[in-house]
Amino acid sequence: MGAGGWPARQALAAALLAACAAGAPAQSVERGRQLYETRCGACHSVDANRVGPMHQGVLGRRAGSVPGFDYSPALAHAGFRWDRARLLAWLTDPEALVPGQKMGYRLEQAQDREDVVAYLATLK
Amino acid sequence: MQIIQASRRSFLGTTGSLSAVAVALLAGRETLAQGMGGDPSKDVSILNVALGLEHEAINAYQLGAGSGLLQKPVLDVAVLFQSHHKAHRDALIATIQKMGGTPVAEKKLDDYARALKADTLKNQSDVLDLAARLELGATNAYLGVIPAFGNRDLAKVAGRLAADETMHFTVLTSALGRPVPANALSFGA
Repeated sequence: MGAGGWPARQALAAALLAACAAGAPAQSVERGRQLYETRCGACHSVDANRVGPMHQGVLGRRAGSVPGFDYSPALAHAGFRWDRARLLAWLTDPEALVPGQKMGYRLEQAQDREDVVAYLATLK
Repeated sequence: MQIIQASRRSFLGTTGSLSAVAVALLAGRETLAQGMGGDPSKDVSILNVALGLEHEAINAYQLGAGSGLLQKPVLDVAVLFQSHHKAHRDALIATIQKMGGTPVAEKKLDDYARALKADTLKNQSDVLDLAARLELGATNAYLGVIPAFGNRDLAKVAGRLAADETMHFTVLTSALGRPVPANALSFGA
C-alpha cells in the first residue's frame, strides 16, 4: 500500500467515528425530566422525601444517606457514592446492584435510563 | 418472550412484580393464593411500597378537600376519589397482614403537606394539578405489573387498579381543561 492510501484511510476512519458517534445514545435532559415526572414521580420528588428519597444532589452523594429517609439496611450500608455508571445500573436492575434494597421499578429502555440520569445530574 | 421476561421484572421488587400469591390475596381469592408459591418477605416489601403510595394519595386528597380551595362539584369528586384510594389501602393492608407482614404506617398529615408542598397550592387548579400528577404516577406504577401474570384473572386485578387511577387522572385533566392525550398508548410507557 502506498502513502497515497492514508488520506483515504483517514477519511474512512473519520467516517466510522462519526457513524459511531451518531449511534451512541445522545442524552436529553428535557426528555429525562419528562420521564422523571411520569415514571419516577409516583414515589420521588426532587427536594422532598416521599415514598422514595429526594433526588437533589444525588450525583456524587453517598448511597443511603439522605437525612430523614428510612432506607433498607442494604442500601444504607451499600458503601458507594452515586456516579453515572451506578445510577444507570440502578435503573437497569436495582436488586442486582444492591441485593435486598426496596425499589424494584426499572427503566427497561437504555435511552430512557440515559435521559433520566442526564436529568438527575442537573439536580445540584 | 424477552419482552415478557423484562416486563416481569419491571415493577417493584426482586422479582420485579407483585407475585401471583399477593395479587390473588389482593383480589380476595385466598383459595387461589394458597396454592401458589412465592417470596412472602419480598412480596410484603413490594406491597408496602404500593401501600405507601395509597397513604400519600389519601392524604393528598385530604389536603385538597381541607384547603378550602375546591368548590363543588369538584370537591365531591375529590372526596369520591379519596374513598377509592382508601379501598385500595384497605385491600393492601389486609393482604400484607394475611401474608404475615406489617403494613407500613401512615405518616401525619403535616408530613405529607410538607412533602407535597401543600403551602404552594393557591387555587383549585393547583390542587387538581397535584392530584393529576400523583394519579398519573400511580397509573404507570400499576400498569407495570400487568405483564407479570400468565393467569388472566390476576392480570385483571392489576388492570382494575390501574383503571381506577387512569379514570382519576382523566377526570382531573378534564377538570383542568387540558386535552386528552394526543397519542395512543400514552400510559405505562
